[in-house]
Amino acid sequence: MAETGAKKEFWRWKEYNWKNPDLDLSAGKIISGGVDVGSVSSQAVVMVDGELFCYSNMRTGSDSPTSAQRAFDWAIEGTGLTVADIQYIVGTGYGRINVPFAHKAITEIACHARGANYIYGPSVRTVLDMGGQDCKAIRCDDKGKVTTFLMNDKCAAGTGRGMEVFADLLGVSIEDVGELSLTVEEEPEPVSSTCVVFAKTEATGLLRAGWPREKVLAAYCSAMAHRVVTLLERIGVEKEFAITGGIAKNAGVVRRIEQELGISALTTSYDTQIAGAVGAALFGRALAQKEGKQR
Amino acid sequence: MIANYGYKDGSGDYFISINTDMCVECTQKPCQAACPAGVLEIIADDYDDLVAAVREEHRKKIKYSCAQCKPVAGERSLVCLDACSFKAISHSW
Repeated sequence: MAETGAKKEFWRWKEYNWKNPDLDLSAGKIISGGVDVGSVSSQAVVMVDGELFCYSNMRTGSDSPTSAQRAFDWAIEGTGLTVADIQYIVGTGYGRINVPFAHKAITEIACHARGANYIYGPSVRTVLDMGGQDCKAIRCDDKGKVTTFLMNDKCAAGTGRGMEVFADLLGVSIEDVGELSLTVEEEPEPVSSTCVVFAKTEATGLLRAGWPREKVLAAYCSAMAHRVVTLLERIGVEKEFAITGGIAKNAGVVRRIEQELGISALTTSYDTQIAGAVGAALFGRALAQKEGKQR
Repeated sequence: MIANYGYKDGSGDYFISINTDMCVECTQKPCQAACPAGVLEIIADDYDDLVAAVREEHRKKIKYSCAQCKPVAGERSLVCLDACSFKAISHSW
């Protein structure tokens, strides 16, 4: 019997770590850390006096404490830092109470608002975070303090997990889904936006009917955009608008959200997936200052 | 801050909204004891304000948790709303 070979995992995205080559650790007064343990991905960030020093972005494993430790160890790898060197560490995300080396846990709502304020600037007022298994709509002020929030974590529709299901169904790498969906000549009707299971069933039918992959992807991106826009409209959208989380890297969904809202989303050179961990590290810095923990 | 707790699924939107700027002014917080289903709790939020919130275990089933105060037919009396003199609580359904 011929072997078919290992099945490619289309839902896999690139894990990596990063260090700031220009920041002098020794000159810093407060080193703070943020660890965002999500249901699908984990990020760890270290900041020196509120400036980004290093971070990591990786898949969350089956064990939250281990995932938090792995993410943090990878972030500080090669920097000479240890956990003991960091004055204040804040845990956030789905697994925030399972970061054993954190000094405090703060919700991902507050951390994403603060993080968006950092990576997009103080003009941001509405933040949409599309995470692995939840979707958050947040309004904030110019300091990144939350003024309104709403989170839907009951349903995979409108989340990264839903997109992973489609990437796998269509045999398209998750990192290519967005751009491929934008190659359609004419925008198709969206598939069901109510439920990923219904959407997948519908998509399977469309493929059998001869729809090309990019058209099916366009239909799903459109459905996803519609679903999250209805959540945003519940809290109201005030400019400037920004998207955090992994889906912010999906141009197909972002473009369609912008079209439905009639406004453009802010762009950033930072990785949008680290917003929560950045916010956590900034909270850590503030708490370290409040408690007099300085080098 | 307006905190919205609940969910959206195929059957609709189910959110309890709490205006924490109003809620923080209340020292008694009678809403917690008033709720027969134990949906509400008093927490120190991320900004250290003592406010009411929907308990974690109820957030994904709020439609069912609140069902006893929302009969399909007959009079409807939301005791949490009645208990809150600051009118800080509202329901989306």
